[in-house]
Parts: sequence; C-alpha cells; structure tokens
Amino acid sequence: MSLRKPAKDQPETFEFNSSSLDAAKTIVSKYPSDKQQSAVMALLYIAQKQNNNWIPLAAMKYIAKFLEMPYIKVYEVATFYTMYNLSPVGNYFVQVCTTTPCMIRGANKLVEACKEKISENESELSSDKSCSWMEVECLGACVNAPMMQINDDYYEDLDKEKTLVILDQILEGKTPKPGSYRGRINNEPENNRKTLLDLKNA
Amino acid sequence: MLKDKDRIFQNLYNDMGSDISSSQKRGDWVNTKELTDKGRDWIINEIKSSQLRGRGGAGFPTGLKWSFAPKEIGSRPHYLVINGDESEPGTCKDRDILRFEPHKLIEGCLIASYAVQAHVCYIYIRGEYFVDGQKLQAAIDEAYEKKLIGKNAAGTGWDLDIYIHYGAGAYICGEETALLESIEGKKGQPRLKPPFPALIGLYGCPTIINNVETIAVVPTILRRGGEWFASLGREKNTGTKIFCISGNVNNPCNVEEEMNIPLKELIEVHAGGVIGGWDNLQAVIPGGSSMPLIPKEKCETLTMDFDSLMAEKSGLGTAGIVVINKDQDIIKCMARIARFYKHESCGQCTPCREGSGWMWRMLERMAKGEATKDEIDMLGDVTNQIAGHTICAFGEGSSWPVQGLLRHFKKEIEDRNNLSPIHEKKNNIPYLVDQHLLDKKNA
Repeated sequence: MSLRKPAKDQPETFEFNSSSLDAAKTIVSKYPSDKQQSAVMALLYIAQKQNNNWIPLAAMKYIAKFLEMPYIKVYEVATFYTMYNLSPVGNYFVQVCTTTPCMIRGANKLVEACKEKISENESELSSDKSCSWMEVECLGACVNAPMMQINDDYYEDLDKEKTLVILDQILEGKTPKPGSYRGRINNEPENNRKTLLDLKNA
Repeated sequence: MLKDKDRIFQNLYNDMGSDISSSQKRGDWVNTKELTDKGRDWIINEIKSSQLRGRGGAGFPTGLKWSFAPKEIGSRPHYLVINGDESEPGTCKDRDILRFEPHKLIEGCLIASYAVQAHVCYIYIRGEYFVDGQKLQAAIDEAYEKKLIGKNAAGTGWDLDIYIHYGAGAYICGEETALLESIEGKKGQPRLKPPFPALIGLYGCPTIINNVETIAVVPTILRRGGEWFASLGREKNTGTKIFCISGNVNNPCNVEEEMNIPLKELIEVHAGGVIGGWDNLQAVIPGGSSMPLIPKEKCETLTMDFDSLMAEKSGLGTAGIVVINKDQDIIKCMARIARFYKHESCGQCTPCREGSGWMWRMLERMAKGEATKDEIDMLGDVTNQIAGHTICAFGEGSSWPVQGLLRHFKKEIEDRNNLSPIHEKKNNIPYLVDQHLLDKKNA
C-alpha cells in the first residue's frame, strides 16, 4: 500500500465553479438515479482540475454534500487512489515511470534530469512553485520506454538530454509537444516494420 | 508469419485514421444488423466454436462466460463492463485499441451487449489514459450521431448506452470485482467470489466483464466465422493476439501475431533482436510482470500461448513480453517488480499487504548482497504464505515473479548473499522480531 496524507495547509472553503458544476451534472446523469455515489471518482477529478491539480479536504466535504454520501466515504476514495493529489503539485505535474520495463531502458536518467531541473526530492515544488515531479508505477506505455507523463500527456522514447529540454520548456511555462521523442510513429517497430506494409505504402 | 489479411487490427499503427468513415472502410459496422439478426444463441455458439479465450490475463473462454448471463432479464437489469484498466507492467495493447481502433471496440460492445442482454455498458479506462479515453469518447459521440448506438442501435432494435468511467491509478482495479467496486464509487478492494459477477455484479445485478481486446475481436470473428479464428494458432489457444515486446530489444513494438508463435521469432523478427545479440539474452518475462520469468535456455524453443507457457510454470497473461539482457541485474529487476506490488496492494488481506512489502525489502537486500543464506529459503516461504491465501489473484501475481526468480536464478542470489546465518555470527539484526528464537539451539 502507499502512504498518503493530506496537506497541512488547507483552504477553508471549496465550491465548484459553473463549468465544473455543468461537468459534474453530466457525470451524475451517466449512472442509475439512485447510484449517484458512482460519480465520486469523476467529481474528485473535476475538483482536482479546478483547484490547480490538487484536492483539498474542503473539496471532499463539498462533494460528499453534492452526492449526499458520508464524507468519510469520499475521503476513503481520495486517499485510496494514487492519481488524486492531496497536496499542491504545481501547474506542471511530472510523473516518471520507473517500473522494470522502463527501469531497464534507463528511467533513472529521467529521474536524474528531474532532480537537476525541478527539485532535489520528489513531491517537492520547484523554486518558482510551478512544477513538481514524482516516481510512479507503470504508466502502460512500456514499448515506448522510458517515458513520463506531464499532466495528461505522455512523453515517450526519452533519454536524459531530451528530458532536460522538455523540463526547460515547462519551467518557462510552455507545454511541449507530447508523443515519441525519437520520431517514431506510435507503437510501430522503428525502421523494422514487417507487418501491415501494404497499408503503410498505399 | 501471419498474413496481413488475417490481422484483425489493421490500424494498429494508425496508418489510416480512427474516425468512423475510415473504420467502415476496414469493415466495421458494415452488417451489424445481419449479425444480431442471427440471434443470441448463434452469436454465443460462434464465439464458443472460435475458442476465443479472454485476453485480459486469465484466459477464460469468452463464449462460456457469456452463457453464464441469465437467459431472461429478471427484475434486475444486466450490465456489460469492459475492462480497460491496463496496468500490468509490460503491457500496452489496450491503449492502441482505444485510440486507433475504437469502433471495433464499440461495435463489439453492441454485439456483446445484445448477446448478454445488457442495455448499459461501462468502459473502465485507467485514469492515466485520459487522452486516449478522450479519443474513445469522440468515437462514441460519432457512433451516437450516426445512430449506431443509442435507441435502436445500428437498426438492430436493441437499445444501448455506452459510458466511460475513468479509474485513478489503482492497478488492483484491473481485478474484475475491484473494478465493479470502483464503478460503484468505492475503494477498489476485490470481493469474495462466489457470488460471481455474472449473477451478482455491478449494483448487485448480473454483469459480464471482458477485456478491451476480447470485445474488439468479436465483430471480426462473427463476420469471418468462428472456424476461421479457430484455424489460427492451435487447439484451445486459437486466433491472433497483440504482443507487446519491450525491454532490451532493438525495436520495441506492439505487433499482432498468431497464437503459438515462437518467442524467438517475435523477438528476432518483429522486435529487431536482443540488444547485444541473442547470446546476450538473460531472461524473458512472457506475460506481464505477474508471470514467472523464463531463462534463456528455454526461450530458444518456447512458443507463446496459454497452455505451452503453463507447462513451463509461467503463463501468457496479457502477452506483455519484457526482454532482459545480461547487462541488467536480474535480482534488481525483480526487486523493482516487488516494489510495484508492494505499492499496488489494496491492503485488504494481511498476507498480501504485509507480505508484498516483506518480499520487496528482502529482495532489495539481496540485490545489494546484504542478506544471509537462510533468508533465501525464507523468501520462498513468504511467497508460499501469500499465494493462495488472499481474496483475489493479486497474491499469486505478486509472489509468482519472486518464485520464478528463485526457481531459475537461485544460484545468482546465493553467490551474492553468502553471509552466514545469524545464529552462527551472533549478529544483532534489529529487523528480526524473533531473534531470540535463533539464539537458541533447535529453535
């Protein structure tokens, strides 16, 4: 299990803004009318998006009232799933995959790059408070290893130099182009394609 | 090598685009109504005769699973749930289906929903695949617009709604009952079985749960016939499968191939060979991190299907092949996998919650050469205490890779960890709570 604690400094109140409210209502309508608790995961996600990438306790209380469910049930969900950030992570949240398939292709170099550019320790805000990084478990892009995720986007086929360039861009507030950084198309075997060739050349 | 015309996922590398018009050119949605008009029994029998086995890891026969759904809709509605919580290290096949072949999946959902009489289908996608999920959502919107799903979907007279439910980074939600708990808005902790989800599943209603790849191949099987699918591969291990080849190979890739293909062909032909040549190969994890590794000697002749890997005391799992060459420290690789399981244990059953961390700490010490000789047997003991003593298969999944390491690489561990047992050296090692027992003779 992973140990997860809420941040010490918590805002007093939290409320959905109007666009979040619309999104939340659409989500609730996906589930049977007496099963609105199902929407809790999506609503926590909406709260996280609205609140600069992290979920304060006040948001959990707000969602509990919104879905008419006990606060502790929301707290349970928010602390169980690792994608909910319980403390501030900055506008750019960098997650480096270091599970075995990435590890054997050099994911530790990506970690080094993050330590150099962002902060010495993981889950620690950079000096300008704009980003943070952490090691995560398998992100499911193993044939594109090593890779990392920044907010919603995947950055694949990396090495240390390429990572440093990407990190420089986010520290300047730009969003780099996602995808493979070795110029290959999706998951095809680079320069070694043996299948579905008619279609490629058609 | 499998002929291109027999490949189901023609757009695996996105040469043609994933929108509806290009999907229709590839044959999706062409005669869906004709297929459903042949009736539920025909669909289920055709899937049974194709001998399709679930692509999510366990390899359960799909036709049989569908036949478990109640024949008539009773007081409770039926649900179809698609498992797209792909988190097994080494596996990234469902992601390509979600983003490049979404209409195969959606059409499969319609046919499967019709076969098991579900009007609502939830597709559970891991939260990290948000961008790929958005692409699937766009395809779903497109299908609604063309009236391919919704009321009287594709003219079949069957009503179907499809919704996406995003996960939030929990590996355990790939376990089918944990996935249901997660859709219900709870912590993803697996349920005891029985009752099986086919009778009491989502919201207590009959629920059929299938992997993304399983459902996405269904329309093609029905169009070309179960016999065609069964003619590929070998008895009980039929059809095609997307293999993900990652790790120390020259061209890591996803490729769709016939079941029972030799492992060496996959690595040498499709993935461009092992880095440093075939002789530099150390071991292969054949089916995602849960499956015990296979040493090089056996890789020469190994064929990739459910039963032949079972005979090697491993398994096909999700067909995520991780190639490890001799430049890597095999103990360290397995220690990292043990850390993965320690992180992802849901904490419900004590053997798994405590044991997964225990295995990780021991393996980390063994990688550094700080363990004593007797700890190697203790590690084997711990794995046996976990496997089979937990609610879900996570217990087996976390202990099998360690057992595989002990089976094939015991000598490496012993060579590195040759410290004498504690009772000879009288070392005071504080992490052993039963230290006093070792100080006594015959304890």
